[in-house]
Amino acid sequence: MNDFGVMTVFSFAPGGWGAAMAAASAMTIAVAMAGFIAGAIIGTFGAWAKISGGRIVRSVADGYTTVLRGIPDLLVIYLFYFGSSAVLTPIGRFFGANGFLSLPAFFAGCLAIAIVSGAYHTEVFRGAYQVVALGEIDAAYATGMSRALAFRRIIAPLTLRFALPGLANIWQLVLKESSLISVTGLVEILRQSQIGAGSTKQPFTFFLAAAILYLLISSASGWLLQFAERHFTRGLRRG
Amino acid sequence: MDFSFFLSAFLRLLPGVPLTLQLAFVSVGLGMVLALILALLRLSRIRPFEWIARAYIFLFRSTPLLVQIFLIYYGLSQFPTVRYSVLWPILRQPYWCAIIALALNTAAYGSEIIRGGLRSVPEGQIEAARACGMSRITVFRRIVLPLAIRQALPAYGNEIILMVKATALASVITMMEITGLAAKLISESYRAVEVFVVAGSIYLIINYVITRVIHLLEYWLTPHLRSVSTPVVIEREDAA
Repeated sequence: MNDFGVMTVFSFAPGGWGAAMAAASAMTIAVAMAGFIAGAIIGTFGAWAKISGGRIVRSVADGYTTVLRGIPDLLVIYLFYFGSSAVLTPIGRFFGANGFLSLPAFFAGCLAIAIVSGAYHTEVFRGAYQVVALGEIDAAYATGMSRALAFRRIIAPLTLRFALPGLANIWQLVLKESSLISVTGLVEILRQSQIGAGSTKQPFTFFLAAAILYLLISSASGWLLQFAERHFTRGLRRG
Repeated sequence: MDFSFFLSAFLRLLPGVPLTLQLAFVSVGLGMVLALILALLRLSRIRPFEWIARAYIFLFRSTPLLVQIFLIYYGLSQFPTVRYSVLWPILRQPYWCAIIALALNTAAYGSEIIRGGLRSVPEGQIEAARACGMSRITVFRRIVLPLAIRQALPAYGNEIILMVKATALASVITMMEITGLAAKLISESYRAVEVFVVAGSIYLIINYVITRVIHLLEYWLTPHLRSVSTPVVIEREDAA
């Protein structure tokens, strides 16, 4: 039973694990991407709070980034997965639903990733904004652009350009972090590998496959991001 | 808010602190040695050694730590040779598997930090040391390594904090450190938010203390960068 080849284990034929692993990879990418985008939205507000907020707003943003960078991500995932039921169950009971309610693992996972990566996004966006030359912003106002228009046409694109290397780093972090969501039972790469390892008694084979899948996704996306970086900085003089 | 619950949660999580610290410090210590070796291989200018170091760093940095932990803890038992080897009493224990995985992982990140530190040592300092007649090993021990350590310290401090956070993953392979105890307490009490606040505060305190210690070390190692106010204070004390 133990000596059938790797190709048969991961074949796409019925009884093989290929299709399941491919679906799990799609789930990993989906949850990481959703968390990353939601984190970027949080980060935008965080950077805005840090750059142009008053004292109170700024210290709230500072507190957020400091706390989130000092706490294990796993703890945040537990908070959202188990904590959501503490909030949702009474609400459900109020509306007449009986029993135990909690956020679906996918949402809890996305939210946890978003909150954690939002702290990194905040710092990346803030740093990138500071690199945007003041003269460009002044020039935008001088040509008569409103604040909103200057933000949309000048500030946002330039900030994004400078933020790209930092964003690429965050994406790699988020991708790896998404493996932690397996503890909530969401069937992404690692959880699927655990299932496969349990039923075939070949844990090494399955976890190695998981490692290779993460490696492939991270290399492919790293390559794409590098391409994007080259594309969007083509107008920049290289020092 | 129920204060007595916070207190009892704090007392329940406190026994996890020594294990968290142990996992972090033992793995950072072992990882640092491996990181130095990897950095030296990477800078050795000997092609095969460079490739080995590069491949190692690439593999460990682009896969999740949790996968690495599972590969070592669950994965290795797939091979009868491992199960019947002398190493099995060690590889059977979640404690050692967690430490091995954490150490191997931090070595990959740490080696890049140390490499940056080693490369930042000015060529002139090395030439001066050579001119004094020091052998290559003496130059490394007396000049290059101390300067590199000083340079790499702030970044390595960050890595240590990341490792304290990473020890939480050991709870997934049954280690009852802070996060393990917190998860257990949550499933008993269904009070995720309160337990999270308490566990989070404990981690923040640990990381704050580590940051302060690293700052102190940095201050102690960079007397040449301190502001001139120090001699003024000494002068006043002399006068008094």
